[in-house]
Amino acid sequence: MSARKAAFSFLVMGAVLFVATAAALSIGSESVPLQEIARAIAAKITGGVTGLAREQEVIIFGLRLPRIALAVGVGAALAAAGAAFQALLRNPLADPYILGVSGGAALGAILSIMLASQWLWARPAMSFAGAAAASLVVYRIGRRDDDPAHLVLAGVVISTFLSSVIAVLTSIAEDVKLRNITLWLLGDLSSGSSEGLGVIAVAAICGVGALLTQARALNLMMIGERDAFALGVETARVRWIVFATASMLTGSAVAAGGAIGYVGLVAPHLVRLAGGADNRWVIPASAIAGALMVLAADTAARTALAPRELPTGAVTAIVGAPIFIYLLLRRR
Amino acid sequence: MLELRDIHFRYAHPVLSGVTLEVRAGEVVALLGANGAGKSTLLAVAAGLLRPSLGEALLDGREITSMSRREAARLLALVAQSGEVRFPLTALEYALAGRFAHVAAIGFDRPEDIEIVREALAATDALQFASRRFNELSSGERQRVVLSRALAQQPRVLLLDEPTANADLAHQVSLLELVRSLARDRNPGVLIVTHEINLAAEFADRVALLKGGRLIACGPTRDVMTAENLSECFETPLLVDLHPHSGNPRVSLIRRGIL
Repeated sequence: MSARKAAFSFLVMGAVLFVATAAALSIGSESVPLQEIARAIAAKITGGVTGLAREQEVIIFGLRLPRIALAVGVGAALAAAGAAFQALLRNPLADPYILGVSGGAALGAILSIMLASQWLWARPAMSFAGAAAASLVVYRIGRRDDDPAHLVLAGVVISTFLSSVIAVLTSIAEDVKLRNITLWLLGDLSSGSSEGLGVIAVAAICGVGALLTQARALNLMMIGERDAFALGVETARVRWIVFATASMLTGSAVAAGGAIGYVGLVAPHLVRLAGGADNRWVIPASAIAGALMVLAADTAARTALAPRELPTGAVTAIVGAPIFIYLLLRRR
Repeated sequence: MLELRDIHFRYAHPVLSGVTLEVRAGEVVALLGANGAGKSTLLAVAAGLLRPSLGEALLDGREITSMSRREAARLLALVAQSGEVRFPLTALEYALAGRFAHVAAIGFDRPEDIEIVREALAATDALQFASRRFNELSSGERQRVVLSRALAQQPRVLLLDEPTANADLAHQVSLLELVRSLARDRNPGVLIVTHEINLAAEFADRVALLKGGRLIACGPTRDVMTAENLSECFETPLLVDLHPHSGNPRVSLIRRGIL
């Protein structure tokens, strides 16, 4: 994909994301027509009067907007992490959730709440550590065996193990924050922490930026590590940068919104179908596509069965799991 | 250009024992030997992928393992058997990987790089499937794209590990003719590992015979490719006469029952 075509595509995707955000703001228990939302957003930006009732303004900008921002940040982080893991492991089936990396992050977050809740940075830091530890295990396994399905199988086992530990910890924990096991096993933005909003915003922007500096090298790693090394890539350095970054992205996403699955699988896949496998396109485009996916899933989760709310991760898994099966069966 | 000095390499058992070999600019050297003789290991040492346990691999007088990978990849290209690609990369994108060491790590491809890659694809008769997916090509077509990738590196030393393994006869000949003319026009030194003895006899300036990790003969093709040397190297009786057209050695198999 050429630079001009990519720039145009990003512009279009950014516009779609903006419109989707406005639409998500208007939909919900307190429904506000899209024109009024548009007027209110314009007023917010220019500093004018929004024209909304005080109650509406609190619901839309005080409650709905942070949740939407969280969905966008979490989606972008998970999808970019997925694209990076796929290129590095040379495995199109890789996804932070399927590989157990999200499980590692969730376990880290739970431990931080149980052991060090007074320290603000403990949660993202321990999530990152958990994600990094899990991805290291996955990499060791993936390196030994070149079959993509085997790596996924190993990821499933790691996930199941971590889920069990999480189940044990949440049932013995006193802390109210840990009662919601769905959050940690499936991901749920309704009970996600908006404290994590700043962390996920910074992490997503820095993480995607860091991955972009390695995108050209990742194109070569996708062909093969040995080929990449012979073609001039310092493979050891690229591997560490990408693993650390993808773990950081996964860790901060899970710390904020729990272990939402399949975004990292589906978003990069669709992006490759649309514009090819060049990582200079795939990584940023996946971030935007992932943001859109989680935003759509979360909007569906809070409106489909209103007034009941579904876990966000249940929606992404119901959509993502069949796509995963399709990809698994289709490969030659 | 490429100097291998007293190379020793061992895994659990010795693979290479004291191999000394030089490849000068513009010459084509064929490395022949039976399976397990250490040919691919020697190539990996020459490419800096493996560090010899003893001896040095020098590129332009400098040890290759002491260079950055970018520096090494600007001087030397390796064509080996490549695995499948599981992502929808086109042949052009695949060959563009050869420009990595020549361009900035960040940014999109410059038109001049794309032009170099298209020329490289044209040279291997692969330009017509530039926009097809790499993993949808036949193995022979893939091999030509991999060679194009090496040409796009514009190397001063080209290492080829069985480049004709999956190619049909016509492409075997055209591939080696390409390598020959490349060596003449752009002056890289070429070291080629092959099982096609007759292709080596026809196209190489010099031949090195490797057996059990040692060089048993090395020199001009006509001096080295004798029935005695080749029969010893491959541990099977071989007949060597002269090619009626080129006058180069021509090697034929002999059924053991006939001797």
